[in-house]
Amino acid sequence: MSAPTPSMYSPAAKAMAEKLGLKPGHSNVDEFAATLVELAKADRNIIAVTSDSRGSGKLGPFGQALPTQLVEVGIAEQNLVGITAGLAACGKKSFGVSPACFLTARSLEQIKNDICYSDVPATLIGISSGVSYGALGSTHHSLHDLAALRAIHNISIVVPADNVETREAIRAAAKSEKPIYIRFGKAAMFGLHQPETKFEIGKAIQLREGNDVAFIATGETVVHALLAAGQLAEQGLNCRVISMHTVKPLDTEDVLKSGHECRAVITVEEHSVHGGLGEACASVLMQAGVTVPFRIAGIPDEDTVTGAQADIFRHYGVSMEGLSKAALKLLK
Amino acid sequence: MGVALSDKELALKSVHLRKKTLEAIYEAGAGHTGGSLSCLDILNVLYNRILNVSLETFSNPNRDLYVQSKGHSVEALYAVLADRGFFPEAGLKTICHYKSHFVGHPTRHIHGIEMNTGALGHGLPISVGMAIAGKMDTAPYRVFTLLGDGELAEGSNWEAAMAAAHYKLDNLTAIVDHNTLQISGRTRDVMSNEPIDEKFRAFGWAVKIVNGHDFAELTYALSKPAETGKPTCVIANTVKGKGVSFMEDVAKWHHGVPSKAELKQALGELDAAGAKLKEVV
Repeated sequence: MSAPTPSMYSPAAKAMAEKLGLKPGHSNVDEFAATLVELAKADRNIIAVTSDSRGSGKLGPFGQALPTQLVEVGIAEQNLVGITAGLAACGKKSFGVSPACFLTARSLEQIKNDICYSDVPATLIGISSGVSYGALGSTHHSLHDLAALRAIHNISIVVPADNVETREAIRAAAKSEKPIYIRFGKAAMFGLHQPETKFEIGKAIQLREGNDVAFIATGETVVHALLAAGQLAEQGLNCRVISMHTVKPLDTEDVLKSGHECRAVITVEEHSVHGGLGEACASVLMQAGVTVPFRIAGIPDEDTVTGAQADIFRHYGVSMEGLSKAALKLLK
Repeated sequence: MGVALSDKELALKSVHLRKKTLEAIYEAGAGHTGGSLSCLDILNVLYNRILNVSLETFSNPNRDLYVQSKGHSVEALYAVLADRGFFPEAGLKTICHYKSHFVGHPTRHIHGIEMNTGALGHGLPISVGMAIAGKMDTAPYRVFTLLGDGELAEGSNWEAAMAAAHYKLDNLTAIVDHNTLQISGRTRDVMSNEPIDEKFRAFGWAVKIVNGHDFAELTYALSKPAETGKPTCVIANTVKGKGVSFMEDVAKWHHGVPSKAELKQALGELDAAGAKLKEVV
């Protein structure tokens, strides 16, 4: 008998989502694929490059509709990035699409040299990022990608929190003349924004006001911070929630504002607690001389517990309950 | 391409370019001498007979593309580009200097260079992407990349070799600078990769083997794709350190920098070779 798929949300979290009026959407990878095919139909220079990953990248319909705009390289991620760079150097708006775990580890040198150092307008899409592959184990996790790419010059890092952010990030990438890395998972996401929300790479979006605790979260963890803020409100605490969709270049102004205005700051990410959003924010705050109770919520530096994405999130406290608890502890 | 040059004129130019390369390495106090000298005749033929690039046409989207995968032989490339007028020759005296644009491996900061290279095993995948783009646009350009034979140990080359044949990239030519030496010694002792021709053929490429210091053979092999529907691999048999007696076929000159006396001797040998060439009718 196969293990039942655990829900990402406890019954209390589901109730809170309903209370906050969050509407269930589809996965960010579905939104990515739909957006890319729409853009590519209007622009023959938009090319998708896949490494036997068109299934997990939901690019089947893209391949059917636009077969001449999809380049399959087989299971060869180094080649995927090199080819994506070569296409970009020749006027194509190329999107290299591959699981984040392989794309940003096996091909890190190609990202660094062929795309960032050569400065070609390529976009890399890390699919099934973080612990999306859950129980498949650490080979399939990307808990290093933000850290690795933060240390490489000339690439923006975007981690969208919902379908709206995903769509806007892909649209922005299609127009960009600079390297961009966008990573997301495959779980169905709640909608956090109105469709007309203004999205700009490098500009944080505040989802909720409050000065008790600021949750600065990124990607698929943002919803959990929002739910925690809802739960904490029932205890009389007003918590700010920021969707920090761009990890680099970081919206330092927004981070400092939270540091100055709030009693505590908690960063949340689906990434190692080393080198990701949390340490980026800590660096900004410390170097500006802002001292505030601070905690990085993410995946600790250990052999990651076995389980589905939901199990792993819950195990490490990246959940409504876990983040509420962390906030209360920090305020004590 | 520049003005049509005879084989003899190209040979004289190679003598001049070898001198410029050695002087540049001496000035920089660093460089990859042996590999620069082994690939210099290949670059001379490419830039003076094959590639439709010049200072004026470098921004033309239909220009031929050259990616130097063995980026460490950048001094030879700089010497050839300076000779073709991409930048003033004075730039050669600033290689590796503080704040110079002339880095110790190719970068796009220098006019005439397509991609930043230097880590091995990168040029072929990039070139495959460029060649696919050319096929998509039915563009007339060809893509050339230069690989070291030791570089073939990098697995990424074989990922790209597979893709090049899969996509029938007859607009792509990979040239292997087959000097049989790498930093630690004889390539066959470090990591045997022979037979290179059979490996490329097995991957679906058309292969030509030429003397990498023979202008007529290089010209013939590079002038057009070897076979419709297949990428071309030109294995150019070369001598590492070519043109300087004490550098030829000696591994330590991989990145050896000549002393003042060694430079003088090397330039003297090259001058003598040039004078001898001029005597030939």
